[in-house]
Amino acid sequence: MTTATATAAPTRGGSRPRFVGVGLAALALLLVSVGAAITLGPADVSLVNVRDILLNHLGGADIPVRVSKEAIVWEDRLPRALVAAACGAGLGLCGLILQSLLRNPLADPYVLGISSGASSGAVVVAILGVGASGLGVPGGAFIGSLVSFAAVLGIARLAGGGDDKLILAGIAVTQLFSAITSFVIFAFADSDATRGVMFWLLGSLEGVRWNGAALCGIAAIAGTLLCLSRAHVLDAFAFGDDVAASLGVHVKRERAVLIAAAALLTATMVSVAGAIGFVGLVLPHAARFLAGPLHLRLVPVTALIGAIFMVWVDALSRIAFSPSPLPIGVSTALVGVPVFIAIMYRRRRTL
Amino acid sequence: MTLQTRDVAWNRGGRLVVDGVTLDPRPGETVGLLGPNGSGKSSLIRLLSGVARPTAGVVTLDERPLAEVPRREAARTIATVTQHADTTVDVTVRDIVCLGRIPHRGVFGGDRRADADAVSEALERTGLTAKAGESWHRLSGGERQRVHIARALAQRPRELLLDEPTNHLDIRHQLDLLRLITELPVTTVVALHDLNLAAMFCDALLVLKDGRAVAAGAPAQVLTPELIAEVYEVDAAVTVDAVSGRPQIAFTI
Repeated sequence: MTTATATAAPTRGGSRPRFVGVGLAALALLLVSVGAAITLGPADVSLVNVRDILLNHLGGADIPVRVSKEAIVWEDRLPRALVAAACGAGLGLCGLILQSLLRNPLADPYVLGISSGASSGAVVVAILGVGASGLGVPGGAFIGSLVSFAAVLGIARLAGGGDDKLILAGIAVTQLFSAITSFVIFAFADSDATRGVMFWLLGSLEGVRWNGAALCGIAAIAGTLLCLSRAHVLDAFAFGDDVAASLGVHVKRERAVLIAAAALLTATMVSVAGAIGFVGLVLPHAARFLAGPLHLRLVPVTALIGAIFMVWVDALSRIAFSPSPLPIGVSTALVGVPVFIAIMYRRRRTL
Repeated sequence: MTLQTRDVAWNRGGRLVVDGVTLDPRPGETVGLLGPNGSGKSSLIRLLSGVARPTAGVVTLDERPLAEVPRREAARTIATVTQHADTTVDVTVRDIVCLGRIPHRGVFGGDRRADADAVSEALERTGLTAKAGESWHRLSGGERQRVHIARALAQRPRELLLDEPTNHLDIRHQLDLLRLITELPVTTVVALHDLNLAAMFCDALLVLKDGRAVAAGAPAQVLTPELIAEVYEVDAAVTVDAVSGRPQIAFTI
């Protein structure tokens, strides 16, 4: 009887207990990844060192560890790994939100101009020195991303609204802000400043500290919780606004909340880690491949694989050309594109 | 106690797409909306579904203005099947039918038992049980329409609104689909293009032209050669089927 298999639980992602099991395993894998990534790098640190240092700081233990190792792990590598994890989760969720709401499998923070606006904001602060004392580069990036996103929404509204208009406006604004960024660099930057900014434009986790980790971590966790509470809303948008509305979804309000959340999440991540490309586009597709189309599963899976992916990509970019680090945006694209092509091939007809 | 409109009008960007229409279906009956392209059928369905608000007049659900009914509550009573609802997401038939349970979710999820029952009943009624695991993108046009109707049924509605559900279907699937709809124990308002299908399946008809209601009543009273000439600007001969007592329309060139 064919109906027996058809009426059994969802086709992908397995049954509920199995899914919870896989989820817990992924969470454990994330923790192990963070621990392992911390040991990698020019200075030699073992997993035992990592455990001792964590126990000292978090468990109130007093295990003797060399001060230099303590500083490397606690002041540099751990916050850096946590920022990487938060950025992976946060950018992945942004892509997931935008792909669902705009019903476009190519939507991500880049397409909507959020990242390019952030770059312009950062460059204006770093090179022109506008508000350099009060804002700092992260503040400039944050404001730039919100300005560019507001511009995208405004242009889309002027053009009569609609999701296709939003994408077109995003492309236009991306071009505009890329041009502004290049113009500022070309006209005003000396070679030192250019090098520093370029690094940041390609995404960089160099020198992030605990304040960055706290900011990104809170943003990623808040974003995950919001998306989980809105999972059924994200599902309801699969067939467009009218069907969502007929299912009792408050379309305008939910859309505003979710798009604002995506903009804030991206702005936060970009302000700490620079413009890391490709993650927001690819991760939701990888997650769909693993967990199926329903967002109650997609949200945690996207966040977890995003976090794991970025922790490893960051570790690899730190050690690949050690001691000079590779910008993380370069690594995400180099690793991400082949993965993306493989997924596209596996899923062929339906992207 | 149903979904009614009283003198509703909708001024859509300076154009009056619905102009003073009153619709008052009896519970459980199937009302056909007829009229040429652009006569306001889809717009009236949008007003009835609450997706759009009338600029004058009122849509009521159980005598209560629909605008005052919370959306989720409305979605537990009214289900809508629109035209051209497509997706880029790789979803299965079951996933889509499960969407119909969204309005019944509480803050902490829903009643899983009731959800499962409603979904399997909706699949059963639409003959889709064997296709539950199939991907949306592999379905034919007729199957996609049935999936949307199954999704609407999973909402367990009392009122069902359908906007030209038989578009692009071959004649067998048109007949199957309308038979399915008329046999459902719900009040149905369905926009249709085909006058003969409307005459065969509907209990009552409302004919629109330029947003205004020009005729309403039982098919035999409404579908006269004079009305068809006035509304559609074509000549037709109307005979009455001896067995069913329903009118049959033959167009003349």
